[in-house]
Amino acid sequence: MTTRPRYAEEASSKIHGGCGLMGICDESGTLMSGEDAILAMAVQHDRGNGLGGGFAGYGIYPEFPDHFAFHMMYHDLQAKEESEALFDRYFLVDLAEPMPTRPVKGISDAPLLWRYFLTPYPNKLEESEMSAEDYVVRAVMTINSSVDGAFVASSGKNMGAFKGVGYPEEIGHYFRLEEYEGHTWTGHNRFPTNTPGWWGGAHPFALLDWTIVHNGEISSYGINSRYLEQFGYKCTLGTDTEVAAYLFDLLLRRHKLPLELACKALASPLWEEIDRMPEAEQALMRSLRAVYGPGMLNGPFAIVLGFNGGMVALNDRIKLRPLVAARKGSILMVASEESAIRAVLTEPDAVWMPKAGEPTIARVKGMDWPIHGDLHLSPEDISCAVTGTDMSCETVEVTA
Amino acid sequence: MPVSFIQPEFKVKIDYDKCHKCGRCVQQCGWGVYNFNERPIPDDSKCRACHRCVTYCPARCISIEKNQLAYRENDNWSPAARKAVWRQAETGGVLLTSMGNPLPYTRIFDHLVLDACQVTNPSIDPLREPMELRTFIGHKPDSVEVEADGKGGFRLAEGAGMKNNLMLDTPILFSPMSYGSVSLNVHKSLAMAAQRLGTFMNTGEGGLHQDLYPYQDNVIVQVASGRFGVNQDYLNRGAAIEIKIGQGAKPGIGGHLPGEKINKEVSSTRMIPQGTDAISPAPHHDIYSIEDLRQLIYALKEASGYKPVGVKIAAVHNVAAIASGIVRAGADYVYLDGFKGGTGAAPQVIRDHIGIPIEIAIAAVDQRLRDEGIRNWASVIAAGSIRSSADVAKAIALGADAVAIGSASLMALGCHLCQSCHTGCCSWGITTQKPELTRRIDPEWGAEQLTNLVHAWSHELQEILGALGVNAVESLRGSRERLRSIGLDEQMNKVLGVKPAGM
Repeated sequence: MTTRPRYAEEASSKIHGGCGLMGICDESGTLMSGEDAILAMAVQHDRGNGLGGGFAGYGIYPEFPDHFAFHMMYHDLQAKEESEALFDRYFLVDLAEPMPTRPVKGISDAPLLWRYFLTPYPNKLEESEMSAEDYVVRAVMTINSSVDGAFVASSGKNMGAFKGVGYPEEIGHYFRLEEYEGHTWTGHNRFPTNTPGWWGGAHPFALLDWTIVHNGEISSYGINSRYLEQFGYKCTLGTDTEVAAYLFDLLLRRHKLPLELACKALASPLWEEIDRMPEAEQALMRSLRAVYGPGMLNGPFAIVLGFNGGMVALNDRIKLRPLVAARKGSILMVASEESAIRAVLTEPDAVWMPKAGEPTIARVKGMDWPIHGDLHLSPEDISCAVTGTDMSCETVEVTA
Repeated sequence: MPVSFIQPEFKVKIDYDKCHKCGRCVQQCGWGVYNFNERPIPDDSKCRACHRCVTYCPARCISIEKNQLAYRENDNWSPAARKAVWRQAETGGVLLTSMGNPLPYTRIFDHLVLDACQVTNPSIDPLREPMELRTFIGHKPDSVEVEADGKGGFRLAEGAGMKNNLMLDTPILFSPMSYGSVSLNVHKSLAMAAQRLGTFMNTGEGGLHQDLYPYQDNVIVQVASGRFGVNQDYLNRGAAIEIKIGQGAKPGIGGHLPGEKINKEVSSTRMIPQGTDAISPAPHHDIYSIEDLRQLIYALKEASGYKPVGVKIAAVHNVAAIASGIVRAGADYVYLDGFKGGTGAAPQVIRDHIGIPIEIAIAAVDQRLRDEGIRNWASVIAAGSIRSSADVAKAIALGADAVAIGSASLMALGCHLCQSCHTGCCSWGITTQKPELTRRIDPEWGAEQLTNLVHAWSHELQEILGALGVNAVESLRGSRERLRSIGLDEQMNKVLGVKPAGM
């Protein structure tokens, strides 16, 4: 087994590059086919170089809403057998099938693509004394770090990541995304500057139902990954996007921070801003920065975090990467370029530039918001939450 | 008495054509090199090459040269080794010396290089963009618990959040140096500079003179094995308390301040009789193991209303395990002192041959604390020959929260590293208690020199961060990915957690 080359060929060092991205969420919960996401990425074709594209869709598996949907990439049959043996040991496999794809010009060298709908064996889960989510995270980490030739593309409930080497519109068609319907979609176009060729290295990067698409470079990758290792995350892929996904998982799911505060921890306000805050807020922000300093994402980035129940878009502390947001009715959309937004949303109600470090949040009405701290929001607040902070909520002007 | 085998190390040369015959050199030299008989006549054997006379000679007519005495070549028996034998044969004593280890061990900092941004991410200009160096030293919880504040926002949950940390405006502190080993004016200079810089000076184990009370919020008070100057008031005045277990220049041994340095002021500050030798035992006699340390940490916390309590140790072979024990014993920071760290007096054999380099200690301790998941519980302060802002950046990238500077800070006050602090005759007025020498340092001037130095390094650190494309020092801290090594072997790279350049 060890004689085979490692599957994660790109993993030995951090990957540099630029990218384009999009995210769209219908807060009413109305389902959209993947076509709009493909269109938004096709408009941003030139932001990538054909070496990576991908999408994540939420609400796409209504027939298996409570199963962990594993999207798998296998280098060869041996990797598949080893991974499936692992699944069989820990999970009840209710469905295993090849991913539906169609031949598309420009897409070649695809790995074996399979998906599985799993539930943890109740007795094994109990023995492990872990939550079902931690149980799944452990399985993902085990496969990614110790099964050569296997990679977990996504592992959440009622969602999936579809990604590979190619332009995003090619990848979207390859995975037949127009046949899926979701309330939230994110997409990504990659421009890596090092050796290409690995499907797993494309975005979105996913863990449980968290997915990240990311444009930029996380210059603090070195310390972010070392920080995460303390909590059992294994940063094996060498992509800085990976640390962003794990950090959100740590802060939101394990440390139960509200989404707004997790964003403040990852793209912290400046100390001089914190020093000017009222006392209670200052104490909170000081603690957040000092405690989560090793996790702070530093360097130029725009990211869209997708999850069951919505999405959040976030820029770095001094906005060194483009990110535009727009709203039309119950739909919130973000993208690297306004052109992508206008291609999808004709005559949006508002278009704006989210500020550095200010999260832009969309949440699907009626869905369980998986993030602890949001429970304080009253229904009236929720409508305000869609555009992030109170401030941006008020200052949004119709520009269409 | 037979003649000494040991010839002078230096030759003092005076250009008598230029000499004003003013006698300034006679007055300036703390070592008594000069006699004045119509013109200054130097005694080479007393010269320490401290350059005080050279600096203050109005005619610039003095030069100090190496005594180029030829020795029969022998790589094994260097002239220094021969001199040591001769000196010990003459005296029968332990050879004393001071300042840091001068032997040519590998300087690991000089084999590490930093990264910079090119194309794929923008570097940041610290002149135009914020560049944050603020650093908190102390225990931090693993996570931050919050609760709704009832107004649509959040606040810290009851009892949650970071408490009792030292806030530094730049990750550079002044190392512990006791009043007694250095003069009161040096202490005042350090304290004033610490206050202006938003950082901390450290009393060392000599107590806190009352003239420093106005600066006490920027002073860390030390509790060492001799307990000099330690009382309730002292503990309460400091911003933090440091238990000194060991020192990089002399791990495992105590200290000895000769009675000649114990004048009235030192005596009252240290709470010992005037003129008596101040002996710091090698161990704390109430700390024979880690559980005893825990008791002392908590005793000091109780006595001081839970101020941060740090523990200073010398970097030795097993430093990672020791540091882990210290953190688990409740320390808010671990101060690591590498084997090149300075001292006011130490046996030469100890200074030159015991301990490990600070670079390795930082790497080992930081990794161990991470492996155990307790890195947030305590900060790591690194010292032991931090010579420049580059060393600061590299130490932080290896995993230190902050660094402390001793030798460099004394150099800002005039120290020329003549390694003679233990004599008490420092011509620069630094490591002496002789009033005619200590008055050479005006604390106001000293504070400015120190402030300049730390400002300069801080600006350079900001430039480095900007080149790295990050705008806060916490994004460099422990980010070994931003370091590469040149000319270190594979094993050393592994220990440091650093890749070789090119990878």
